[in-house]
Amino acid sequence: MAEKILMKGNEAIAYGAIRCGCDGYFGYPITPQSEVMETLMVEKPWETTGMVVLQAESETSSINMLYGGACTGKKVMTSSSSPGISLMCEGLTYLAGAELPCLVVNVMRGGPGLGTIQPSQSDYFQCVKGGGHGDYHMIILAPASAQDMYDFVDEAFNLAFKYRNPAMILSDGVIGQMMEKVEMRPMKPRRTTEELLAECGSWALTGKTPDRKRNLITSLALEPHIMEAHNQKLQAKYREIEANEVRYSTYKAEDAEHLIVAYGSVYRICESVVDMAREKGIKVGILRPITLYPYPEKELDALVPQMKSILTVEMSAGQMVEDVRRIANGRVPVNFYGRFGGSIPSPEEILEALENYIK
Amino acid sequence: MKEEIIIAGFGGQGVLSMGKIIAYSGIMQDMEVTWMPSYGPEMRGGTANVTVIVSENKISSPILSKCDTAIILNQQSMDKFENMVKPGGLLIYDPNGITRHPERKDINICSIEAAEESAIMGNTKAFNMIVFGAFLKKKPILTMENVIKGIKKSIPERHHHLIPMNEQAIMVGMEKVKDIQTIQ
Repeated sequence: MAEKILMKGNEAIAYGAIRCGCDGYFGYPITPQSEVMETLMVEKPWETTGMVVLQAESETSSINMLYGGACTGKKVMTSSSSPGISLMCEGLTYLAGAELPCLVVNVMRGGPGLGTIQPSQSDYFQCVKGGGHGDYHMIILAPASAQDMYDFVDEAFNLAFKYRNPAMILSDGVIGQMMEKVEMRPMKPRRTTEELLAECGSWALTGKTPDRKRNLITSLALEPHIMEAHNQKLQAKYREIEANEVRYSTYKAEDAEHLIVAYGSVYRICESVVDMAREKGIKVGILRPITLYPYPEKELDALVPQMKSILTVEMSAGQMVEDVRRIANGRVPVNFYGRFGGSIPSPEEILEALENYIK
Repeated sequence: MKEEIIIAGFGGQGVLSMGKIIAYSGIMQDMEVTWMPSYGPEMRGGTANVTVIVSENKISSPILSKCDTAIILNQQSMDKFENMVKPGGLLIYDPNGITRHPERKDINICSIEAAEESAIMGNTKAFNMIVFGAFLKKKPILTMENVIKGIKKSIPERHHHLIPMNEQAIMVGMEKVKDIQTIQ
């Protein structure tokens, strides 16, 4: 069995990147995710795998470096935290519009504005619903452990390239700063030029050869009929992603009468809530969305009929709960418990909220 | 077996690294572990704390509102964490610099003069391992063999010559820990 190493979630992102064959990282420091670039700088992957690591002069710069790298079919990524992601939103919509595969890691902290460096989940609207302008989606994975942070880097790159779409790991300060044991997966080499051409040659800017037409990457089309057709193509891609790429897990949901919906670090806290509630005879289970886009719509829909109530728990003032209410569609009461601005809910206070709602 | 520990004190006392050594020793003993540091404004104000959970089973919440053991190394931390110890739990503290001693009647309380003992050893860096020794004496959840392996994993190789000093400091802590209050 592979060695288990104690590391922070942020460090796991860095090792996951080096070991899954990432070609380039561009970033700018911000708490609580600075260990991602710090670890890369210590490990110096440019001396081993050839992966480029560059500190940009700002988040605006790193997202546009990402655009440049992604145009060439390279596996490129950046990481930041909430205020930095806000600065990147223009770049994100251009990447989505130009159908460029890439990975953005957001280790969320409390907002709005410069906010706090403490953990939060208040970027759900921004990241899952948009952020930038236009009808677009990013594929969003929500890790709940340091091992998830490691594994989701490779997973996110695979999804990004499968659909030519930006992918995001939407984490938070708890998962980024917490140390847990992480199993290092077998090293995957970076793609060779031949492999890159085979996978991305049809669209990437790899240097035109006489035997093919030039590839063009742009998000601009002034003619409305062209732009509408492009949007229809994007929408068809999103429907395909929604049909094929939902990831979720459940915890003690089979016989549950009440359902908690939670993701990321709050999911972990809610596992303790379920165990405590069941000791008191309350039949509670959890649905954990692992992909926030595409959302586990059918899976939640199928659980609703057996429930007397649903409680959505977030480190926000109530964002994902809007999706849960939409899917429950009035069939059962959907309650909400949230802490925000950098505060983390304890298992005891969530249990108390649950008991108050169902009594 | 599951042990939930909060370690709290000043930055520079080795609070975070003691937590890391406990966590790595737990891994060496084939247990599940989480290590959650304070990294927020309190850290920037000079105090540091870390929550470490060592368990034979999968760990759900890494966030605690109650703990089995609180290791307290300054007055601010005493004020903040004394009430977080579960009834019947353990509070270990270094009386050096403590103006208000613990007042709970429903918990076990021990003291370890780690600042003084590290001065006697002539090595103030031994402080956190003396405290760790006091903890291990009262809660022998980790074998010494796994603790040494955990230390090896936690510190860079260039510092491995300091492992015997760390081991000695742990022994001092085990020997010098004092029971202040023992409840049934």
